[in-house]
Amino acid sequence: MQDQAQKAVTESRIIGVSTPRIDGPLKTTGTAMYTSDHNFPGLVYAWPVIATIASGTITSMDTARAAAMPGVLAVYTHENIGPLYRTPPTQGFSMIIDERRPPLEDNVVSYYGQYVGVAVASSVEQARAAAEAVKVTYDKRSHNVEEKLIGTPIAEPGIKKGTARGDVTSAFKNAAVKHDAVYSTPNETHNPIELHASVAVFKDGRYTLYETSQAVVNHRDVMAAMLGVPPENVQVITRFLGSGFGGKLWPWPHAMLAAATARNINRPVKLVVSRSMMFQSVGHRPAIDQQIQLGAEPSGKLVALGHHYVNHTAMEAEYDEGCGEATGFLYSCPNLAVTSGLVRRNVGVPTAMRGPGAVPGLYALESAMDELAVKLKMDPVQLRLLNEPDKDESNGLPFSSRHLKECLTVGAEKFGWAKRTPAVGSMKNEDGATLGWGVASCAWGAMRIDTEMSVELLQDGTARVTCATQDIGGGTYTAIAQMVAHETGLPVAKVNVILGDSALPPGPISGGSWTTASVTPAALDAAHHAVQTLLVSAATFPNSPFKGKKPAELEMVDGTVRAKGSATPQLTMAEVLKGANVKGITGTGKSQGTFGAKEEYSFHSYGAQFVEVTWQPEIARLRVSRVVTVIDGGRMLNPRAARNQIEGAVVMGVGMGMLEGVEYDRASGAPINASLADYIVAVNADCPHIDVTFLDYPDYKLNALGARGVGEIGLAGVAPAITNAVYHATGIRVRRLPVRIEDLMGAPMHLA
Amino acid sequence: MHTFELITPASVTEAVKAQAGSPTAQQGAPVRFIAGGTNLVDFMKLNVETPRQLVDINRLGLDRVEALPGGGVKIGALARNTDVAQHELIKARYPVLSEAILSGATVQLRNLATTGGNLLQKTRCVYYRDTAFACNKRNPGSGCPAIEGHNRMLAVLGTSEHCIATNPSDQNVALTALEATVHVTGAKGERAIPIAEFYVLPGATPERETVLAPGDLITHVTIPALPDGAKSVYLKLRDRASYEFALASAAIVTQVSGGRISFARVAMGGVGTVPWRSHEAEKALLGKAATRENFRAAAEAALHGAKPQTQNGFKVELAKRCVTHALTLATKQA
Ligand SMILES: Cc1cc2nc3c(=O)[nH]c(=O)nc-3n(C[C@H](O)[C@H](O)[C@H](O)COP(=O)(O)OP(=O)(O)OC[C@H]3O[C@@H](n4cnc5c(N)ncnc54)[C@H](O)[C@@H]3O)c2cc1C
Ligand code: SF4
Repeated sequence: MQDQAQKAVTESRIIGVSTPRIDGPLKTTGTAMYTSDHNFPGLVYAWPVIATIASGTITSMDTARAAAMPGVLAVYTHENIGPLYRTPPTQGFSMIIDERRPPLEDNVVSYYGQYVGVAVASSVEQARAAAEAVKVTYDKRSHNVEEKLIGTPIAEPGIKKGTARGDVTSAFKNAAVKHDAVYSTPNETHNPIELHASVAVFKDGRYTLYETSQAVVNHRDVMAAMLGVPPENVQVITRFLGSGFGGKLWPWPHAMLAAATARNINRPVKLVVSRSMMFQSVGHRPAIDQQIQLGAEPSGKLVALGHHYVNHTAMEAEYDEGCGEATGFLYSCPNLAVTSGLVRRNVGVPTAMRGPGAVPGLYALESAMDELAVKLKMDPVQLRLLNEPDKDESNGLPFSSRHLKECLTVGAEKFGWAKRTPAVGSMKNEDGATLGWGVASCAWGAMRIDTEMSVELLQDGTARVTCATQDIGGGTYTAIAQMVAHETGLPVAKVNVILGDSALPPGPISGGSWTTASVTPAALDAAHHAVQTLLVSAATFPNSPFKGKKPAELEMVDGTVRAKGSATPQLTMAEVLKGANVKGITGTGKSQGTFGAKEEYSFHSYGAQFVEVTWQPEIARLRVSRVVTVIDGGRMLNPRAARNQIEGAVVMGVGMGMLEGVEYDRASGAPINASLADYIVAVNADCPHIDVTFLDYPDYKLNALGARGVGEIGLAGVAPAITNAVYHATGIRVRRLPVRIEDLMGAPMHLA
Repeated sequence: MHTFELITPASVTEAVKAQAGSPTAQQGAPVRFIAGGTNLVDFMKLNVETPRQLVDINRLGLDRVEALPGGGVKIGALARNTDVAQHELIKARYPVLSEAILSGATVQLRNLATTGGNLLQKTRCVYYRDTAFACNKRNPGSGCPAIEGHNRMLAVLGTSEHCIATNPSDQNVALTALEATVHVTGAKGERAIPIAEFYVLPGATPERETVLAPGDLITHVTIPALPDGAKSVYLKLRDRASYEFALASAAIVTQVSGGRISFARVAMGGVGTVPWRSHEAEKALLGKAATRENFRAAAEAALHGAKPQTQNGFKVELAKRCVTHALTLATKQA
């Protein structure tokens, strides 16, 4: 692979150095243009009409009153929205969309909150009032939003087999020590602060679409297909994202409503979804039931591991959460099987959410490991250390770089695990509150996606870098600038990074924690090529002091060109370009994807989460007080941004473990706690003391920088470490997230 | 949100006159006073309230906190929640009120929210807030989906078959324990309404929440002096550590003399359809030793007759622990 052939970048004054985000000042001063900040002359507003049933057909829509309201330009339904097509099947990394049915395709309603119309008006208030004035009559059918999944009918084609080895059924049957339980997680929503939004400009048959997208290239291709125009007629722009957590990876129906209405009335249209719609029609992590069967020898050695999960999906979507992601390789076990199934519910379409598959999967597996440790009367850290594999047993490949054992031992040391007494309720803090200590391992895949990048060195002494990736808020702008600064010697402040535009050289999605590993080799490569061309220019322009030298005899050091090994003469990059009368020199770079390619290694990041909870039975109050996280995530290119990712993920894990869950109203099928007051997430006061450690093992098998990615792994393992700690404090094993006060009311008031 | 007219009366009399012609001062009133607007505007955006006229009462000079002769305090209806909670008089005489207010919402909201607006804040019942649903409080006679539905946050005391919505306020629980009086100027002049008579149980008319009539403007609240040496405490229990309404809360005022409880007031939040005063708990405490067992017995009395709904049964035990622990805290200080 091209970038694996690249020389390892082991030393740098900028790579691996904590660097403040270059987009930080733009955001803190309000100058950063988020999607909904874009305005155009003649811009009007769209507001969707939503279904207030979860299943049935529309028999009539009375739009007359809405259409006559002040400022209203148009009201669209399935009868007059105009052409919107379905996408062709997904191939590799293109044409990806989870909700394939275009909005307003027909009169069928299959989930509460589905768009059934859209009003367009001069102001957002007028559009909303008009949308709410549309009278929809339904032929209602019975809906299913049943919470129980395992044990209910599985959708076609039935149970699917995942990774498997040995004979798990008989190994489990004959195991000396067994554990078998079902773990459930609810529908969780991404709900980043930035609402999903689209601003669509339609002119001369071309669409310029300002979108909240974690993947502008795919977004362009999908929108072109759905609008029925060639891809070159669509440009998608996402300069900044107020985060997404996976919810903004693939297009959602509001984007098509904005584009179609802009086309229909030939004016720019802005559509910002409401907070309640964020719970309905922009994806969510599905509800999941997972059965884990563990069999072990009395020594703790695993002999059987069965992982059988069922997740809900929508009536017309095949979303599989992939909970077995980490199951096949996390521990050594000769007999193992993962199976999966989907059950259909009248819910919005699920999608990937931070750490899809592995995060809920590890909640189940790592809870079960803790329960097994209790049965074995064994320390849960020891049980994990004992089952360390020496290769990826799911495919026989060697690990590119795996230090899970060290994560566990370093974490145990930092946390003070040796002081843990295993008996339930046996530990107290100085205020007399009961402490619970829990641990969990975590893992997350590492990958690269095809990336192209362009670096232009300019006469004004700056570099301009372009790529059609986007910065979700995690520091992609900065990581790319660091690479170009490293290669050219320019200060980071002289590197202008331009992302979030599908017209730029194609770049990766902001997802899977793959962005950094994909864009940084391409940026290095592009900068390298630009510098090589600059050296040619330096050696050849008339009156060059290097006249007569070969380009190969020149080098670029700290932003200046000189002959190798001699400090004078020197020319700055700007002087070379001025001397040559060239405005700018461009280098292009590429990094090849590993997606779908035959692998020689098993690429994953690892980690360990140690959690302390504080339990006050007299007021039934449980709080997460302390988290120690150790991450083996390859080399940290920007430790400051990396730490921020992990800390944020740990806080999100507190939400997952203790607070978050969408509830469906049985009678109506509506997600009923669809606001941030009713679907509660962790606030500042819930943040535990967080201690993050990175083990610094570069993974040069993945790329020349040794970098993997840390966007998701910090969330994996937090929830099971919490529930394991809850058990240690209270004696109550909560197998349905989130852990709520009512789950713990039965815990004894006085322990130990 | 519907279009509305905003008027700014120059006096209390003008303000009262503006609303006096309204057919109701309760749910659906076409003319509404607006104070901080943190509750009302929310409901206007949701089309739950659709007033055609708003009467701005922010400039009527009703925002002072003053000492009363005899040791009481007078709080203007427009005094901001932050100003009340941080006022020296309140912190010194009624810590329970200061603690209750500070446990609610966020500092930004408290800077805007007023004493009068807080007294009249509406329930957090999710069905009440969404016009796509039936709701007897919002649309009398349409039904109560909460009884069979999402009722984890709702009430276990004072409910009816028509409505089980909680009064969500923290401030009002403390004012109940302090036996505050709500002073109103209405079409027929001034009235002083003890807080115990201010709120009405939902019964068959959940759209009616208070005794206020059209034109009634709350001008101020008075709180009488507490016995010397009385201690007060507010304890709020909820899922997360901040910025959330109570699952259960307790406002306690007690005095212990010679090891015996000589004065006790117990009020609860998060469990009642109105701020819930428990005379039963108080009776159980008076004359008793300040022990955990006696506190628990009082808590049992406080929750006597509680009617759990499908999801909120745990609140009964939670409220008992809340009262028991709040009493422990209140008497520990004594
Ligand atoms: C996100 C959020 C979280 C919150 N969390 C909490 C919490 O944890 N605990 C808690 O207790 N509260 C909480 N609140 C509620 C908050 O306390 C109330 O919104 C606030 O007290 C209302 O005061 P206001 O002055 O803004 O009222 P407004 O919105 O101005 O008015 C509310 C109602 O009172 C009427 N009114 C106002 N003043 C008078 C008067 N003088 N005479 C007659 N009628 C009057 C209005 O007509 C209106 O009907 C929260 C609110 C929000 C938005
Ligand atoms: S509990 Fe009351 S407010 Fe809630 S839905 Fe029922 S009637 Fe409406």
